Amino acid sequence: MALASPSLVPVQTRSERPSSTDVSDFPAVTGREFEWKFAPLDRIRHLTEGALDGGPVAFQYSESAGTSVEWVDRATAVVGVAGTPEDRASANAWGAVEKVLTITVSSEEAEELLVRREHFDRSPRAAHVVIEALPNSSGTVILEHRGDAELSENVEIVVGEGAQLTVVTVQEWADSAVHLSSHFATVGRDANLRHVIVSLGGGVVRVNPSIHLAGQGSSTDAFGLYFADAGQYLEQRPYIDHQAANTRSRVNYKGALQGAKAHTVWVGDVLIGPHADGTDSYEQNRNLVLSDGTRADSIPNLEIETGNIVGAGHASSTGRFDDEQLFYLQSRGISEEEARRLVVRGFLAEIITQIGSPALEERLTAAVEAELVEAEVVRAAAAAPTLDGGAA
Amino acid sequence: MSVLKIEDLHVSVETEQGTKQILRGVDLAVGEGETHAIMGPNGSGKSTLAYAIAGHPKYHVEGGSVTLDGEEMLDKSVDERARAGLFLAMQYPVEIPGVSVSNFLRTAKTAIDGQAPAIRGWIKDLDSSMTALRMDKSFRERNVNEGFSGGEKKRNEILQLELLKPKFAVLDETDSGLDVDALKIVSEGVNRAKENTGLGILLITHYNRILRYVKPDFVHVFVAGKVAEQGGPELAVRLENEGYDRFLQGANVG
Ligand SMILES: Nc1ncnc2c1ncn2[C@@H]1O[C@H](COP(=O)(O)OP(=O)(O)O)[C@@H](O)[C@H]1O
Ligand SMILES: [Mg+2]
Repeated sequence: MALASPSLVPVQTRSERPSSTDVSDFPAVTGREFEWKFAPLDRIRHLTEGALDGGPVAFQYSESAGTSVEWVDRATAVVGVAGTPEDRASANAWGAVEKVLTITVSSEEAEELLVRREHFDRSPRAAHVVIEALPNSSGTVILEHRGDAELSENVEIVVGEGAQLTVVTVQEWADSAVHLSSHFATVGRDANLRHVIVSLGGGVVRVNPSIHLAGQGSSTDAFGLYFADAGQYLEQRPYIDHQAANTRSRVNYKGALQGAKAHTVWVGDVLIGPHADGTDSYEQNRNLVLSDGTRADSIPNLEIETGNIVGAGHASSTGRFDDEQLFYLQSRGISEEEARRLVVRGFLAEIITQIGSPALEERLTAAVEAELVEAEVVRAAAAAPTLDGGAA
Repeated sequence: MSVLKIEDLHVSVETEQGTKQILRGVDLAVGEGETHAIMGPNGSGKSTLAYAIAGHPKYHVEGGSVTLDGEEMLDKSVDERARAGLFLAMQYPVEIPGVSVSNFLRTAKTAIDGQAPAIRGWIKDLDSSMTALRMDKSFRERNVNEGFSGGEKKRNEILQLELLKPKFAVLDETDSGLDVDALKIVSEGVNRAKENTGLGILLITHYNRILRYVKPDFVHVFVAGKVAEQGGPELAVRLENEGYDRFLQGANVG
C-alpha cells in the first residue's frame, strides 16, 4: 500500500505549468484558474480576451552613456530568450505586438537609464520590451509609468555572464489605468539581477516577474513595494526558478493598504530545481493594514527538488499597526497622525533604500509621503462622527 | 515650583479572565527637583502606575487624578501629556523599524518644543549627550532600539530624557539588567538632567543599587497596587536588608 497521501503531492508544480506564445493555447479566463483567482476579471477582460493594438507608443528616455534604446521590428527582434507566456493576457500581448522596445546596457559603468512611458491611452494595447545587459556590463534601467493605460505587456530581461543589472518598474498610473505585465528574466553565470517593482498608482496593476537563475553562481535580489488605496487592485507574483548550482535569491516585498476595497495580492513561488545544488534562497512578504475594509492575500510557496541546499526559507505576515510602537512615539510628544506616518514610512523605507538609485529613492520617498498624507485624510474622515448616524 | 500630584488613583486592565484591578488608590506628590523612589515586589503594579501616568490605552483609569501644576493629565492624549512635560523611560523600550534614532529624536524634539530646533545647537546637544552616555555616533543612523542590547536601550531612553527636557520623568526599572559601569553612566545622565532642568523624578526600581548613584529624597514601598509605607532614604536600606516580606504578610498580591 502506498503511504504517500495524495494531498502531499502538488497538483501542479511550477515547472510544469503550461506555457505558449499562442493565445489560442489558453482557454478563455473564467476566474477559477489559480493565476486569475483574485483579479477583478470584469476590469481586465478586454486584455485577456479582446484584440490588442500592438503598434509603438511614444515614450521619453534619458540619453545615458553605455546604453541604447530603439524600436525593432517584431520580425527581426530576438524575443523569447528569457521566457514564454504562462497566462492568456501575456500570450495575447505576445502575438499582437508589432515593434519591440529594445534596451541594451553595454558598458561596465553605464549611466542610469530612465524610460518614461506616459502616452498610452484607454485603447487596449500590447507592448513588448527586451532589456539586455551584455556580459560583464553594469547598469540600472528604470521604467516609469504614468497617465492612463489599458496595457498588457511582456518585459524580457537578459542578464549576460558576469553582468550586474538593476531593473526598476514604477507604476504611478492614473486611477483608471489597467496594466498587466509579465516580466521574464534569465540570469547568466555569476551575474546578478536586482529587480524592483514599485506600484503606487493605477486601478488594476499586476506585475509578475519570473526570474530564471540559469547560470551557475547567478543571483537575484527581488524587491517590491506597493501602496493600495481605496478601490485599487495591486498584484505581484514573483517566481524564482533556481535552475543552476550555487544560485542565490532574496525576495522581499512590502505593502501598505488603506481604504475600502484596497486589495493586494502577493504569490511568491520559489522552485529549487534538481540541478540547483548549493541554492540559498529566502522570500518574504509583509503587509501593513492601515484601515478596515482592505484585503491582502499573501501566499508563499516553496518547491524543492534537490536535497543538497544551503538554505530555503519564507515568511509572510499581514498585520495592523503595532500599538506599542505608536504609544512609544506618542509618549515622546509625537501626535498620533505623525506617529502613524513615521511607522509606515519606516516600514516601506526598508525597500526604498534597497533600490540603489539616489534620485529615484528620493522621489519615491516623496511619493510614499503623498500617499500617507492622503491616507491620513481618508482615515480622519472615516473616524469623524457623522450627524445622520453614518448611513452608508 | 512645579508639582506632579497623583491622588487616589485606581486603575484596571482587561485580561482574558475579565477586568483586573491593579492600582487601588495611589497617592503621591512629586515636587520640582525631587527624587522619589518607588520600590516594591514584582507584580505590585509599579509599571502600571508608570503607564497610567503616561496614558497607555491598555490601562483604564477607574478613578482618581494625576495633575501637573493643577492641570488634569488623565483627560489628555499620550502625546499631549508628553508635551505638557511628562516623560516615561520604559522598562522595555520598543523597536521602531525603519526610523533612525536621529530622525526620531528630531521629530520628538520638534513636537515637544512646538518648533524645529536650530540645527547647530541641536547637533551639539545631541553629540555631547551621546558622548556623555558613551553612545557611539553610529547609533544616530540606526533604527530606534532595533538590535540594541538591553543596556543600549536604557541609555537611549536617558538620551531622550536629556534632550527632551521634561518637567517630570518616570523611570521604570531603568537600572534592571545593567552592569555596574552602565548603571553609573545612566545614573550620571539622570543626575545631569536633574541639575540642568530641575527635573522631578519617580524612580521605579526593584533594587537598592541605583539609589547609591541617584539619591532619593523619599522612598515609597509599593505593595498590591498602593503605597504601603513611606520614608526617607533609610527606608531603602532597610528594605535591602529585610526584603519585602514584612509588607507581603496578608497582602493580596497580583
Ligand atoms: N496588560 C496587562 N494585561 C494583563 N495583566 C497585566 C497587564 N499589565 C499588568 N498586568 C498585571 O498587573 C499586575 C501588576 O503588573 P505590573 O504593573 O507590571 O507590576 P510591576 O511593574 O510592579 O512588576 C501583574 O499581576 C500583572 O500580571
Ligand atoms: Mg514593572
